[in-house]
Amino acid sequence: MEDKIVFCTGGGCTAKLGPGVLSRVLEKLPKGPPDENLLVGYDSKDDAAVYRISEDTAIVQTLDFFPPMVDDPFTFGQIAAANALSDIFAMGGEVLTALNIVCFPESMDLNVLGEIMRGGAQKVMEAGGILAGGHSIADAGVKYGLSVTGRVDPARIYRNNQPRPGDQLILTKKLGVGIVCAANRVGEASAEAMDEAINSMTALNKTAARISSNYPVHACTDVTGFGFLGHLHEMMDGRLSCLIRSGDIPVIREAVSYAEEFLLTGAGQKNRNHVQSCVRFEGISFAMEEILFDPQTSGGLLMAVPSGEGHEAEKLLKDLRHAGLPAAIVGEVCPARDAEIYVS
Amino acid sequence: MIKVNALGDACPIPVVKTKNAIKELKGPGLVETLVDNEIAVQNLTKMADQKGYTVKSEKISEGQYRVLMEIGKEEAAGDEAAEPDSAVMDSVMTDAAVRNGTVVVISSDKMGRGDDELGRALMKGFIFALSQQDQLPSTILFYNGGARMTTRDSVVLQDLLSMEEEGVEILTCGTCLNHYGLTDSLAVGQVTNMYTIVEKMTLAGHIVKP
Repeated sequence: MEDKIVFCTGGGCTAKLGPGVLSRVLEKLPKGPPDENLLVGYDSKDDAAVYRISEDTAIVQTLDFFPPMVDDPFTFGQIAAANALSDIFAMGGEVLTALNIVCFPESMDLNVLGEIMRGGAQKVMEAGGILAGGHSIADAGVKYGLSVTGRVDPARIYRNNQPRPGDQLILTKKLGVGIVCAANRVGEASAEAMDEAINSMTALNKTAARISSNYPVHACTDVTGFGFLGHLHEMMDGRLSCLIRSGDIPVIREAVSYAEEFLLTGAGQKNRNHVQSCVRFEGISFAMEEILFDPQTSGGLLMAVPSGEGHEAEKLLKDLRHAGLPAAIVGEVCPARDAEIYVS
Repeated sequence: MIKVNALGDACPIPVVKTKNAIKELKGPGLVETLVDNEIAVQNLTKMADQKGYTVKSEKISEGQYRVLMEIGKEEAAGDEAAEPDSAVMDSVMTDAAVRNGTVVVISSDKMGRGDDELGRALMKGFIFALSQQDQLPSTILFYNGGARMTTRDSVVLQDLLSMEEEGVEILTCGTCLNHYGLTDSLAVGQVTNMYTIVEKMTLAGHIVKP
């Protein structure tokens, strides 16, 4: 059996359509009559759709799939599944069922597909869900992911755009996986850096979501294709600003040197084009700028948590770190200023 | 000129191919890269801007773009002896803080990258402003393009002489003066070597690098 996926052009969340292009298309879709039970839909740019089915139960739906960004099929299956499941956790929900989404060339060794789906199934189980079916089509290239259904209490939905001034911003995974994968694609990444990126991408956001459910989370999203700044921009929602301390941001160390070598993705540049007008950098190195725009596959949760007399954000951070997550408080939300995002 | 065909290549491959071509030049010269999308043009331009290469790009036809980079003499030399990473430098320096005085490092006769004429004017302003500080640095190191600053025709010679008079140690890299044929033109301070440069930088309480 061949244990490498033959093609690997630029997979993971780097394969996402650029945010600018996408919103132009979405704006033109016919909307239909409003339904008050659709709690989160297209309009909100949130991570998943939420539909209320009873007073205390809402269904969370999401789907995500992409081409491989690693050679090993089992690892790819794990990453694609962890990435798709993450949207449920980012909404504060629990995973119920998942369906496989598969594109696979007919000429390719079916054992490769078996390995991909085994990796995915393992992650669905770990997430506490049931793999209930799927759909596959013959295609020129490999693509894999999941359609996931979860459940959430309508009163406890984590919106991605409801932070309040004074909230502390917590990030639960290191940035830089897109750059490390890009470096790996051209044979420039060290084995250690790639291992760290893979461990980060296969890790579920389940633990982070479970721990944070004990705290008053005002806003939450998972950092994926639009990069840290792109998702932060959506979180500020045109109403607020934030001050980010780049020195506190967890980063895969080698990603800095790969960025200095310009081993950058096209998607990172698309993110820069989309969001740079909202960002003011103060004394930031070129490499760090790139890491902040870097598209993340299966990235961490970005949460806005109050930090009043209860010191909730600090306590949450302590719990997250105690659970072994490389989490950090990376900045603070403030009332709107000239620019939306200040990075110092 | 070296031509690079990166049509059909996904980022970062066009950048990697172009970097290899620049290495092949082994000095100043031109590299032309063909790519098939605007984003690749932007990523190449970003690299050129960071490296200080002159860069031009144009759309030749639908799905075909040409990016032309000119690698100047100084940038080619700069690539050979890569400058120390400033982030690493910062962390080293904080540990050593207050152990010694401030060391100012001038590695070019221009300040920042972009327009050269602006860069020269900024450097002139920097040296002047430096000479006006209450707390003067203990040492100023000049190397590579910075070596031009301590010679007879330097526009900041007077500022440097006045700082030397105040007790500031002014050291210029001898290899660099020799390289630019300026050995006989040194007009302020002493000639130094790499050992001293390394020592001054490692023991500095604080490094300032415009």
